[in-house]
Amino acid sequence: MTRARVFDLSAKAVAWAVAISTMVFLILIIGYVVIRGVPSIASVGLEFFTTAPRGIKMQGGVYPMIVSSIYLTVLSLVIAFPIGLGAAIYLAEYAGRGRFVELIRFSADLLSGVPSIVFGLFGLAFFVYFLKMGYSVLAGALTVFLMVLPTLVRTSEQAIKAVPRSYREASLALGASKWQTIRRVVLPSAAPGILTGVILAMGRAFGETAAVLFTAGSVPQTPASPLDGGRTLTVHLFYLATQGQIEDSFRVAAVLLFVVLGFNLTAGWMMARFRRRFG
Amino acid sequence: MAVVGIILIFTFVISAGLPLFFKVGPYRFLFGMEWRPTGGQFGILPLILGTLLVVAGALVVGGSAGVVTAIFLSELCPQVLKRTFKVVVELLAGIPSVVYGFFGIIVLIPFIRSQVGGSGYGILSASIILGIMILPTVTAIAEDAVSSVPIDYKLAGLSLGATDWQTIRQVILPAATGGIATALVLGIGRAIGETMAVLMVIGNAPQIPDSLVKPVSALTSTIALDMAYASGDHRTALFAIAIVLLLIITLLLISIRLLHARLGSAE
Amino acid sequence: MASEVKFEKVDFYYGAFKAIDSLQLTILARKVSAFIGPSGCGKSTVLRMVNRTNELVAERTRLEGRVLIADENIYDGVDLFSLRKKVGMVFQRPNPFPKTVYENIAWAPRIHGVKRTDELDEIVEKSLKRAALWDQVKNKLKSSALSLSGGQQQRLCIARSIAVNPEVLLMDEPTSALDPRATARIEDLVEELKADYTIVIVTHSMQQAARISDSTAFFLSEGAGRPGRLIEFGETERVFTNPSSRLTEKYITGRFG
Ligand SMILES: Nc1ncnc2c1ncn2[C@@H]1O[C@H](COP(=O)(O)OP(=O)(O)OP(=O)(O)O)[C@@H](O)[C@H]1O
Ligand SMILES: [Mg+2]
Repeated sequence: MTRARVFDLSAKAVAWAVAISTMVFLILIIGYVVIRGVPSIASVGLEFFTTAPRGIKMQGGVYPMIVSSIYLTVLSLVIAFPIGLGAAIYLAEYAGRGRFVELIRFSADLLSGVPSIVFGLFGLAFFVYFLKMGYSVLAGALTVFLMVLPTLVRTSEQAIKAVPRSYREASLALGASKWQTIRRVVLPSAAPGILTGVILAMGRAFGETAAVLFTAGSVPQTPASPLDGGRTLTVHLFYLATQGQIEDSFRVAAVLLFVVLGFNLTAGWMMARFRRRFG
Repeated sequence: MAVVGIILIFTFVISAGLPLFFKVGPYRFLFGMEWRPTGGQFGILPLILGTLLVVAGALVVGGSAGVVTAIFLSELCPQVLKRTFKVVVELLAGIPSVVYGFFGIIVLIPFIRSQVGGSGYGILSASIILGIMILPTVTAIAEDAVSSVPIDYKLAGLSLGATDWQTIRQVILPAATGGIATALVLGIGRAIGETMAVLMVIGNAPQIPDSLVKPVSALTSTIALDMAYASGDHRTALFAIAIVLLLIITLLLISIRLLHARLGSAE
Repeated sequence: MASEVKFEKVDFYYGAFKAIDSLQLTILARKVSAFIGPSGCGKSTVLRMVNRTNELVAERTRLEGRVLIADENIYDGVDLFSLRKKVGMVFQRPNPFPKTVYENIAWAPRIHGVKRTDELDEIVEKSLKRAALWDQVKNKLKSSALSLSGGQQQRLCIARSIAVNPEVLLMDEPTSALDPRATARIEDLVEELKADYTIVIVTHSMQQAARISDSTAFFLSEGAGRPGRLIEFGETERVFTNPSSRLTEKYITGRFG
């Protein structure tokens, strides 16, 4: 009897210890990068964001990388948004439970499980060589688009399905067609949920490395058109870190963390609000 | 679109990699002991082994910590802390893998080098970094599974005079096994597919290791590392490795489906 | 061994909300006591005080006053595990564990130290017989408890509580999820069990309270946000035919009418 109780207390103590140390460890990772990175950025000043890197070691500013990252993220989302939303509307409103829908869902799950380096290889073979895009922001964006599509479809579908039936019924009862109902009633109500998915996808696109390394390339230039290659912040960090340029790495890592965590925090906050509204 | 995407990816990767299977032979490719592509040796057994070892390590580190954290969050954690903890876990899931890799290089590698030995690069470092990376996935999904066990079971267990731990261990966890297994399988999937962080800390030496601090190569990291310069058969071989990866994740996904189908019919 | 349960000037709080106000009540051993009253008046709260499970369903709870089982204050340094072993509870929705019929019954005796298989077999058989379920499940001991019907599941839950020899048996609307036939069987069972246990049953059915209980307690809260109070407690027959409070009369006639 007492043994059971001793066991209970020790098991709970272990669980507390594991959970707390997990949290502390995780916060340490973020904290360490921020604490080392932010003062370092401050010491370089605003130039860090507005100038190009200098010399063979690529020290100094990261302006071209910021442009490449933003370019690639925005472009991939511009492609992904209409397609993802369309697929989500189809799945949530029109699709039944047939074999085809099963196939779509299985494909989406599979797509979200494909390792990012395999996306990279595919992008290299298909977009870069087969479609002759060369190393370019466009090839990178198309590859990343395929990567974020499943997330986007899933979150949008859930958002659409979360809109209460009564909203739809009220609209249909007023004589609106199904498509009108979707456009005027369902989509506006689901918009915050869909937007959450978009922001999450942007976070993923911005933080992706393996898939863009072999599609957008690693040339540290400022891309002027989608057909130019570029080097994203993530790829830049990879080179800096593996070449042992620790101080430069901290700065880039801090920027990456701020942007990506910013995206995710915003998404989390919006999701919480959306859930509160539709239970 | 997802369907088109997946078909495109499979056909392109397979058609680019398949020739190597024929040229080298599937057996010598999969079970060949030597990966020396520039010397015409295309055995990926060392890479498979490298992946298996670091994934197993990641499961030991991150899988167990993830499940324990999930149990803690849904059963033991006071409400006030719960929100904060969940946000932290979500945030971790979003940190880019290069940042994890960077963290590995500046903190973990020196630590292992001084405390355990070797160069620091190798199985142990990769396992720990991967463990940290799969932790949020495992925690989130396992937490869902554990908290969706009806509170009635817990009340029944405790009202019979059982301790919290007895109730959790013998009633709640068995009821959540399916979900926890799914969480672990997804964690494995994520670990197998992870590239950049592994590439940065694994040491990249395609050898059969004799200790945990020896550098090895994984399937993904080899692709990323070699692709920059590979040509000819070497390139084809990298695509062949990608086929192996695709096969593995397809099998994992199917196993999850089967798991769900079985659990679904059991109820 | 059945025990008396006594509430002495008990106030109960969920956080800042006072759910029960100065409760004074003695529940007799080897009798069935029914708790009746409108929704939200605190019946379940009072019931859960007896095995201290309020603190499992809410995070911040507070109790003032004393609750005694066999003259021992269970809110003063008592061992929670032996308390809960001593007080069985049956819930509104049947909640057998997702284990076999046998394991449902054997689980609690085993964690309380019974190791020998023959002993466990015996407890399982005895408890199931006591719950009038043995004949129906003796060939299904190894199948999942979830394959039983709702009424059988509820009797299994009763058998599960009995298996650890409780002194008090708490039942929170145990038949509200069951059909009339299954309800009747549970009611018969309660009548039989009262020879050995102190039984408290919460019910929304006046007929049920009248049929099976010896004493009835009527609770009422004056509205949302107000604490529940015990309005009247006495022999069931008297409470139903000749209530001493106008409020009781109003509630009972309203519910019967
Ligand atoms: N877990 C809880 N946390 C906070 N307040 C609670 C909790 N459970 C019950 N209450 C409040 O305490 C009061 C009494 O609730 P209780 O569930 O005991 O009533 P009841 O008489 O059993 O109602 P019902 O007939 O609907 O089961 C109600 O105002 C309720 O809102
Ligand atoms: Mg109640």
